[in-house]
Amino acid sequence: MASITGAAAPPREIQGRSLWQDARRRLFANKAAVTSMVILAIVAFLSVVMPFVWPHQFDQVYIDRISCPPPDYLGMTAIFGSQADACPSAVGQGHIFGTDANGRDLFIRVMHGGRVSLSIGVTATFVALLIGVLYGATAGFLGGRIDNYMMRFVDVLYALPYIFFVIILVVVFGRNYILMFIAIGAVEWLTMARIVRGQTLSIRRREFIEAAEAAGVSNWGIIRRHILPNVVGPVIVYVTLTVPAVILAESFLSFLGLGVQEPATSWGVLISDGKDQMESYPWMLIFPAAFMVVTLFCFNFIGDGLRDALDPKDR
Amino acid sequence: MLRYIVRRLLGSIPTLLIIIAMTFFMMRLAPGGPFDQERRLPPEIEKNIKAAYDLDKPLLRQFLDIDPEVCSIRFGATATPEWLQKRGLTQTPEGKFFDGSGREARCLGGYLGKLLQGDFGPSFKYKDFTVAELIADGAPVSLRLGSTAIILATIIGMLLGTFAALRQNRWPDYSTMTLAMLGITIPSFVMAPILTLILGVYLGWLPVAGWEDGAFRNMILPVIGLALPQIAVISRLTRGGMIEVLRSNYVRTARAKGLPERLVITRHALRSALLPLVSYLGPATAGIVTGSLVMEQIYGLPGIGRYFINGALQRDYTLVMGVVILYATLVIMLNLVADVIYGVLDPKVRYD
Repeated sequence: MASITGAAAPPREIQGRSLWQDARRRLFANKAAVTSMVILAIVAFLSVVMPFVWPHQFDQVYIDRISCPPPDYLGMTAIFGSQADACPSAVGQGHIFGTDANGRDLFIRVMHGGRVSLSIGVTATFVALLIGVLYGATAGFLGGRIDNYMMRFVDVLYALPYIFFVIILVVVFGRNYILMFIAIGAVEWLTMARIVRGQTLSIRRREFIEAAEAAGVSNWGIIRRHILPNVVGPVIVYVTLTVPAVILAESFLSFLGLGVQEPATSWGVLISDGKDQMESYPWMLIFPAAFMVVTLFCFNFIGDGLRDALDPKDR
Repeated sequence: MLRYIVRRLLGSIPTLLIIIAMTFFMMRLAPGGPFDQERRLPPEIEKNIKAAYDLDKPLLRQFLDIDPEVCSIRFGATATPEWLQKRGLTQTPEGKFFDGSGREARCLGGYLGKLLQGDFGPSFKYKDFTVAELIADGAPVSLRLGSTAIILATIIGMLLGTFAALRQNRWPDYSTMTLAMLGITIPSFVMAPILTLILGVYLGWLPVAGWEDGAFRNMILPVIGLALPQIAVISRLTRGGMIEVLRSNYVRTARAKGLPERLVITRHALRSALLPLVSYLGPATAGIVTGSLVMEQIYGLPGIGRYFINGALQRDYTLVMGVVILYATLVIMLNLVADVIYGVLDPKVRYD
C-alpha cells in the first residue's frame, strides 16, 4: 500500500512473479498440504534412518517374545493388554509397537515395510511417468493417424481390468519385487499418457512451437525443450495421486499372497498379516495400518493442494 | 444413435482380440506349466497329457490353427478316401475328423479358433469341468454381488455428495469428505475384517462368512465391503460436479424465478452434476471387479475371483483366459453404456 504523505517515495521495483512462484505461494498457503508434506517427510525419514539406529533388526526373531503387546507406558493397556503381564521378558527392550506373531520387533518391521512400500510407490510411479509422458507426448505431437492408433491401444489396455494384468505380470515375473514395481508401473501409465497427450495436443498449435519448427529444431528437440516443460503441471498432480494408488495396489497384491516375500516386508504384507491376528493382537494391524493410511492421506492432500495451486481455472 | 452403438460394438471386436492375444501370450511366457508337479511325470505320460491339451504344438498354432483343407470340406468339398488316408484321419458320421491319437482336426483350431466357435476349452486344473461350466457356476454370484454393490454405492454416494455440496465448506461438508477420503485410503481388505469383527463376531448380527445361496444376511457384509470405496469416490465426484453446477447461470435463473430449492436441485442441478458420475461407471466396474477378488477371498464366496487367482497361480491357462475375457467384455460393454447414457443426459453430445 503506497503512503500518501511521503511525497516521492522511491518507486519500488516491481518484480514479476513466475507461474511457478505463484503456484508455490498458493501451495504453501494450503495448511493441509503443508502439514501433509511435513508428516510425509517425517515418515520417510524414519523409514530410511530407523533400520540403521534401532536396536532390533527387522528379521531378528526373539523366541521368548512372541506376540507381545506394546509397553505399558504408552497407556494403551486397555486395548492391548499389559506387556508386563503377557511378556515379562519383553519389558524394557524397546518394543514400542510390541512384537509380531514370530517374535520380531514390530516397530522396525513397520519402518522396514515403509521403506519397501514407499520405494515401490516411487519406483512404479517413476516407471509410469516415464512411459506415460513419452508415449503421450509422442502421440500428441505426431497427431493424426499415429495418434489415433496409439490412443486406441491405450483404450484397449483400459478395457482390461488392470489388477488382472498386474496379477498376470507378477506371475510372469515371479515374485521378484523389483520387477513388481515395474509391473505396476507398466499398468499405471495409461492415465498419464492420456493427460500428457491432451496437453500436448493443445500446446502443439501454439505459435512458439511454430517458431521452433521454423528455426529448424528437430521434433525430439521440440518435444523435449518446449512441450514437456509445459505439461509438467498436470503431470506433477497426477504423480502425487499415483504414488498412493501404487501403494494400495501393492498392499492388495500382498493380501492375495502375491506381494513381497518373507522375511522382507511391506505395509501391505504387515496389514494383511495383522488382520489375521486382529482379534487377539490388535496392535499388529493398528500400527502398520495407521502408518499406511496416514501416508496415503498425506499424498492425497498434497495432490489436492497441488491441483489447487497449479489449476489455471482458479487464476 | 443406433448407428453409433453398432459402430462401437464393431469397434470393440479388435479391442477384445488384442486383449485375448496379449493375455494368451503373457500367460504362456510365465515360467512353469499347468502339469508341473513336485514329482516329475514319466515322459510318455507327460507327452500324452500335453497332446490331450494341445500343448505340444508350436505356440502360435496353439493360439490359432487354421486347417484350409478341413475348411474347404466344411464349405462343400467332399472328403475323398485318398485325402483321409494321406492325412491319417477318420471321418465320424457327424462329419468330424479325428487323427490316430483321437485328436480332432478342425477347420478353425487353436485357442482363438475354438473360442470363436463359443468353446472356452477344458479347465486344466478342475479336471472334469469346462471353463464355461466353471464360469457359469461362479458368475451369478460375482455379478449379483457386484451389481448390488454398485447400485448401493451410487445411491448413497449421490446422496452424500449432494448433501456435502449444499453445505460446502461447513462442517457437514468437511466431515463427509474426510470420511470419503478414509474410504479411499483404507484398503477394503482391512475395512471388511474390521466390520466383520464388529458386526459378526462381537455383536453376532451377521454371519462372518459363507454364501448360503445368496441369502440376504450373507450378502450384507461383502456388499458393504465392496461398496464403501465406491461410495467414497462417487460422493467426491458428485460433490465436485454439484458445486460447479450450483454456480452456473441456469441454476441462478431457476432460483431467481422462485423455484423451491428442492426442485432446483432435483430438476436442474442434479442432471448435469451427474455427468462425471456416468463416465465413472466404467472405472467403477473395474474397481468392483477388483474388490470382489478380495471379498470372495475374505468371505469364502463361490464367485469367479477365486478361480482367477488359483488359475493364474497354477497356470490354468484356459480358466484365466475365460475370466479375463468375461471381465474385459463386461468393462467394454459398461463403457459403451456409460457413453450412451452420457449422450442422453448431455444434449451437447451428439452421436452421428
